[in-house]
Amino acid sequence: MSRLSKRFDDLKAEGRGGFIPFVTAYDPDINTFKKILAGLPEAGADVIEIGVPFTDPAADGPSIQAAGQRALKAGASLKGTLEIIRDFRKTNNETPIVLMGYFNPIYRMGCEKFANVAAEAGVDGLITVDLPPEEEEELRGPVQSAGLDIVRLIAPTTDDNRLPNVLKHASGFIYYVSIAGITGTTTPTIDSIELAAKRLRKHTKLPLAVGFGIRTPELANAVSRTADAAVVGSAVVERVAANLDANGNALPGLVDDVLHLVKSLSDGVRTRS
Amino acid sequence: MILKAVLTMSPEGVNSFRAGPDESGRFGLFGGRYVAETLMPLILEVEQAYHNARKDPEFLRLMDYYLAHYVGRPSPLYFAERLTAHLGGAKIYLKRDELNHTGSHKANNVLGQVLLAKRMGKTRIIAETGAGQHGVATATFCALFDIPCVVYMGATDVERQAPNVARMKLLGAEVRPVTSGSRTLKDAMNEGLRDWVAHVHDTYYVIGTAAGPHPYPEMVRDFQSVIGRETREQIIAAEGRLPDTLIACIGGGSNAIGLFHPFLDDQDVEMFGVEAAGRGVETGEHAAAIGGGKPGVLHGNRTYLLQDDDGQIAEAHSISAGLDYPGIGPEHSWLAQQGRVQYVNATDEEALEAFQTCARLEGIIPALEPAHALAFVLRWAGSQPKDKLVVMNMCGRGDKDVFAVAQHLGLPI
Repeated sequence: MSRLSKRFDDLKAEGRGGFIPFVTAYDPDINTFKKILAGLPEAGADVIEIGVPFTDPAADGPSIQAAGQRALKAGASLKGTLEIIRDFRKTNNETPIVLMGYFNPIYRMGCEKFANVAAEAGVDGLITVDLPPEEEEELRGPVQSAGLDIVRLIAPTTDDNRLPNVLKHASGFIYYVSIAGITGTTTPTIDSIELAAKRLRKHTKLPLAVGFGIRTPELANAVSRTADAAVVGSAVVERVAANLDANGNALPGLVDDVLHLVKSLSDGVRTRS
Repeated sequence: MILKAVLTMSPEGVNSFRAGPDESGRFGLFGGRYVAETLMPLILEVEQAYHNARKDPEFLRLMDYYLAHYVGRPSPLYFAERLTAHLGGAKIYLKRDELNHTGSHKANNVLGQVLLAKRMGKTRIIAETGAGQHGVATATFCALFDIPCVVYMGATDVERQAPNVARMKLLGAEVRPVTSGSRTLKDAMNEGLRDWVAHVHDTYYVIGTAAGPHPYPEMVRDFQSVIGRETREQIIAAEGRLPDTLIACIGGGSNAIGLFHPFLDDQDVEMFGVEAAGRGVETGEHAAAIGGGKPGVLHGNRTYLLQDDDGQIAEAHSISAGLDYPGIGPEHSWLAQQGRVQYVNATDEEALEAFQTCARLEGIIPALEPAHALAFVLRWAGSQPKDKLVVMNMCGRGDKDVFAVAQHLGLPI
């Protein structure tokens, strides 16, 4: 059983939704990022989503764009990101890791090589933002052979006619983009998420994570009750940005402050009143 | 490679270079629809709407009407007698698309897309622009058809193309400077896509070149092909035969594909696309996607891109803001692989030289973009036989560039 399936089964057994923080690899520098990553499971991350920096992140809002720029300046690469994950796996073999990024770095590396290296490094799932099902075939084969899950994005604009095709090769979980927009900008209403969850569950038995625009422990909690997990990205990387000096270097308290925020969000998800 | 087998079948049933793209928007390996799921349903809607529109006689009637009476088509095909004599070789004609309303070929495409947006019931238009020519054309048709318009423009370009920024504002458009990334055309396009994702229900994105997700490369090419269709009739009227050579500058490549496409199956017509070599392709500071790039995926399509080994997109450089883009339309990538079109390049310096030569010899101040095509003509035409017929697309006029060029040349203004 894959790490992702096991984790969602365990969450179900515990009777709670999961919390998925998003962090950008190499943000703000490789060593600080490694420390953040190492601390995430204890801070309550049920699954970790790692953003692979790309020069042209056309689906991301200002916060994650800025995180990607910081990371690229710090020498980020897809290859390096996979090495960091390989290191992480030396001490953690339970927390699933999902990569979120754009297709070009993968294409440049070669789909088959990427799939094999990623699986071997300990990556569990893959979200490729600019690869809709129509374009996915060349990556799907290698990724499925390597045993990675293909996590599909579903948007408010994805209608019922389109849904079966989008869900066809999905595995691990489904990622519902809760707003028609870019990451971290507007905030969805819980009503709209409930409606969407109801609609999606008619089409799939896969666990449902919801992200884009979820910023507070309260909303994360509400979302995790309706869906199976809540993803928080922009709010986390903004906390990184808030702990940088004028030259963009990490201030001493950065790692603790970021993990503190993650803890408060995951506590929010775990609260049952 | 599959590519060799992709001489697709035309409706006439013969091998053709003009039959692409296929149903999934591909020209061989290139093209496609690499967009976020949020945009995918909308992209499919645009495709459907376009395919319906181009079969609708009323849509075509409106296109013809505005092209004739508002844009000012057909544009002349002009024998550049002094330039020809100066070079002493091939006989050079200029296709005068710089005489269009708004000063470039961009009007041909924007007219079609704004009419399409209206058909689709969209009430807001967005566009990206590099040199500002596409932005000005979009602002113009939005004024004419009374639709609110937002133009994204890299902050660097806002500075170096100030006259066009002023024109867009006068036409009632909102110009939003883009400060992310390299602050040029590619970043403006990212911002356009971000805006569209957030306004899917009421907004139409007018892409300015023959790139982006399917159906844009096909649609923009179709709208620009009026250039090549007119050229065909005009050269036959003037010379009684087809040209031997076609030459056009290439950023995204919309003016070039517009000139080339109607001739692609005429085997004896050779074609040169001229990319911007900036400070020289060997310096790494250039915008020659085919000359110095590799296949990759950006802005919705697979095509040749300037990029590093990690797949990060490199910053392009060109003196011409309109060519300063790290990619190229996917159909050009395919034509390059097929060997049907030759892709060459010209540097900043060569373009500046050609800009001045053209002004003095022909009394035409070209835009810096076609000055690159002209630079190739200056380098090449003198060694060609005198009975060789050459058509170069003069796709834009240089009013917008006068201050920037004067500055480069150290002329007091």
